[in-house]
Amino acid sequence: MSTTIMAEWSSNLLYVSFIMYLIATLFFGGSIRQKNTTETNQKKWGFIGIALTLVGFASQLGYFFLRWGASGHAPVSNLFEFTTFFGMMLVGAFIILYFMYKTTILGVIALPFALLVIAYASMFPKDISPLIPALQSDWLKIHVTTVSAGEAILSISFVAGLIYLLKSVQHTKGSRQSFWLETVMYSLVVVLGFVVASTAFTLGHYEANFQYVNQQGEEAISEYTLPALVGPNKGELLSEDVMEPLVDMPALINAKKLNTVIWSFMVGTVIYLLLRLIFRKRIAAKMQPLVKNVNLDLMDEIGYRSVLIGFPVFTLGGLIFAMIWAQIAWTRFWGWDPKEVWALITFLFYAAFLHLRLSKGWHGEKSAWLAVVGVAIILFNLVAVNLIIAGLHSYA
Amino acid sequence: MKEIKCVCGHVNPNGTVLCESCGRALTEEAKNEKLHDMRYEGSARRSQTYNKSIIDKIWNFFSSVKVGVWLIVITLIASAVGTILPQEQYIPNGQPADEYYEDVYGFFGELYYTVGFHDLYSSWWYLLLIASIGVSLVICSLDRVIPLYRALKNQRVSRHVGFLKRQRIYGKTETAEYSEPLRKIKENLTRKKYKIREEDGNILAEKNRFSRWGPYVNHIGLIIFLFGGMLRFVPGMYIDETVWIREGETRAVPGTDQEYYLENKGFTLETYDKNKDKEVFGEAIDKNGTIAKNFQSDVILYKESGDRVPGQKAEREKEQEDSIKVNHPLKFGNFAVYQTSYKLDEFKSMSFTLDNKESGKSFGEFTVDLFDPQNVYTFEDGYKAELMGYYPDFSGFNEQGEPQTKSPLPNNPAFLFKLFSPEKPEGEISFVGIRKNLEPLGENDYKLSFAGVETRDVSALTVHKDLTLWILALGGAIFMIGVIQGAYWHHRRIWIRRSDDGDGLIVAGHTNKNWHGLKNEISLVLEGSGIKEPVDQQQKDEVRRNEDVNDNNGRVEQ
Ligand code: HEM
Repeated sequence: MSTTIMAEWSSNLLYVSFIMYLIATLFFGGSIRQKNTTETNQKKWGFIGIALTLVGFASQLGYFFLRWGASGHAPVSNLFEFTTFFGMMLVGAFIILYFMYKTTILGVIALPFALLVIAYASMFPKDISPLIPALQSDWLKIHVTTVSAGEAILSISFVAGLIYLLKSVQHTKGSRQSFWLETVMYSLVVVLGFVVASTAFTLGHYEANFQYVNQQGEEAISEYTLPALVGPNKGELLSEDVMEPLVDMPALINAKKLNTVIWSFMVGTVIYLLLRLIFRKRIAAKMQPLVKNVNLDLMDEIGYRSVLIGFPVFTLGGLIFAMIWAQIAWTRFWGWDPKEVWALITFLFYAAFLHLRLSKGWHGEKSAWLAVVGVAIILFNLVAVNLIIAGLHSYA
Repeated sequence: MKEIKCVCGHVNPNGTVLCESCGRALTEEAKNEKLHDMRYEGSARRSQTYNKSIIDKIWNFFSSVKVGVWLIVITLIASAVGTILPQEQYIPNGQPADEYYEDVYGFFGELYYTVGFHDLYSSWWYLLLIASIGVSLVICSLDRVIPLYRALKNQRVSRHVGFLKRQRIYGKTETAEYSEPLRKIKENLTRKKYKIREEDGNILAEKNRFSRWGPYVNHIGLIIFLFGGMLRFVPGMYIDETVWIREGETRAVPGTDQEYYLENKGFTLETYDKNKDKEVFGEAIDKNGTIAKNFQSDVILYKESGDRVPGQKAEREKEQEDSIKVNHPLKFGNFAVYQTSYKLDEFKSMSFTLDNKESGKSFGEFTVDLFDPQNVYTFEDGYKAELMGYYPDFSGFNEQGEPQTKSPLPNNPAFLFKLFSPEKPEGEISFVGIRKNLEPLGENDYKLSFAGVETRDVSALTVHKDLTLWILALGGAIFMIGVIQGAYWHHRRIWIRRSDDGDGLIVAGHTNKNWHGLKNEISLVLEGSGIKEPVDQQQKDEVRRNEDVNDNNGRVEQ
């Protein structure tokens, strides 16, 4: 098989897995419907759900290994590749915990979360690029896959925690927990907003090029794929028949990324308001009846277990393997690069989580909130550190 | 030391809450509890027992997990603050930090610099935080591990009924028949790989006790790691220096006391080629222009041997020949040499011809070695060029009209020559450089024409020695073993006891984590024995709370 055909099949398989996860979510959703509470019925829906998940997972493995075959290196070397891989690991972690605890409700949250992650990943350039010298090492695959697996298992604690909170948080007026839970839901919708906006304008082949002066004071070109609300520093529009930016940004700010962020919030907010209009209550409140049969204690246990299982994996990949590779490639095992520091922060955070749990008895709601914060840190490191704080790792 | 003797006869150390042997509550408080806090088995911990001297106070401070968590959280926040702006070592080189932060980030940058956040991770207070975590680790571990060890070692099979009742998992089945259920239970326990101890027809089944030591093992690993990190500051343990070696040059390896030398045979830079490399890379290569494929220095390592008497040339022997690439350092002894940077096409020498301007005829050709220029270049028939000034990195003329050089590196070489010829025996002044040919003292008859240039690449090689690595690796390995030991196995105990009145069988269970797993296992253990599954006394409360929640479900207030 020629490498180009392999690459083509690889992306087809990724689509297949996406669709499978989507349908599986519906079946998991079906298994927790109120009318559907007889045990055999639940089992049947759950069985179909997990079967579809497994098919999707197999298909995504196909994507992964075909792309590997096509490029000659494990596809974890740019933002698209490793975010997709993180999505796959999320599904993998869900499958493991599903078989440990046999709870379909996990799938109702875990799969949409993974879908969102994979959709987010697909918004970045998907070209297969060759490896620059710094990445030409077996440690690339060893390090990135272990970190990703660790982070995915830790994320399941977020899934369990979110389910816990959806059930336990009371949506009375002025409740702080209710407000923050809704903020979490809103943030997820904003990510969806990013996907919707990017997809819409990509399908419309929108393109606006600017000539501008960058931070180093040199002339450069910036290619926008979303209409420019904010333009780059001293930007001059080169394309015709496209929108003029409303304001120009100073050189320090990456205007293109800021523009994308603004679009995500705009579209996300519109979707959110529409949902509120349809539901006539907070999203979290709307979801509360769905989870009313959930065993809170079990969710708490699952959340704790996934931190316990994920923490060693993360430490191994994100700190130990990372240090070994850094020693080989960059002469020192630790250099306080932002990505490294955020891995340390993640490590310290989950260490604090475990200690709070065992000494201060932070179980239940408190533990669930910690799991939400933990995943926010992980996602920050995965997304924001690459996009905002540039360092040695910003190869994407 | 005051000791506490329990009714059962066991002598417990001062401060014990639950008898190590039978589990009877020894304090009033413990007697009134609904469920026992079983984390350290109610054993006597120093921090819970003494609080008089200053040492007690320090001990208690650092042994508190609350303090430990605060230390961890403060370190975490401080670390995050250090990533808001780039740390000093990552700002573009050549720019002084005191200007950089203000220039680029304005007032906030200036503030960040002034409070020292530009070098946060080596600030005294950050190191103090890490050190405190280290101290806390040592003290909190010692405070708990010994009592825990004692309690687990001394525990008896027949525990006091009050002790069992206050376990989270507890149940009593009325029965007159003991032997058959017990036989069945023992069989199941053995199948589940429990270690079974029996006493008066009561059973204590236990497994994976070793996992309880996991946290202490991982804390020891962390302490070793931090210790290794501290050794970095001991002179001689750590070397990190960069040498620039030009192609063809040989230089001493820093930190080896002039014992080792490296020769750079040649530097290679490769980029990906659309036509030669994989077809699928085509698009990415088009988009990026060029993508680097390889940075490589081919080197020879020499060792000087024999007596190295000053003034006497020592023997140099070839030790190793290697290609240093990114991700492939050259290793020898405790040293590793890395490919860290390069400079392409540095000028090595420049050639000129001495020409008559009018006829265009050349009267001599010569090459100036930019690292070792001669004073005079002499040709036949009385022609010569005298080098009056050499400016390797020419940067313009000063107010007096004298040429200036920025650095000693030949980045922009320029020369002041005096040209001699039979017609002009007193010489003519000529200033030549790259695309420059000036005659500062008036019109000349002769000129120097540029005839060629030779260049070569320069490799930047970083020499690294770190004698602390093995300690860090040891600490890391022990840490991993400890975390895995504590996280992937769970200490489980199941007690089976005849009730004191002889009217039934009590089943109680305890684990340090994963209660779900323990409950499943107990139900498998009791299968076929006719004994009822015990209940989770904590969850009973939880369920009651959940029912309240569900009642509100339909009518959620907005
Ligand atoms: C960054 C530093 C630290 C790390 C990575 C760390 C890691 C851990 C881990 C993984 C566990 C096992 C948790 C569980 O099984 O749920 C643990 C337990 C524990 N840690 Fe730490 N720890 C750190 C610092 C500290 C400090 C500073 C203290 C003391 C104040 C402390 C006190 C404890 C205690 C008391 C336990 C429970 C031991 C037991 O269950 O018998 N730790 N630690």
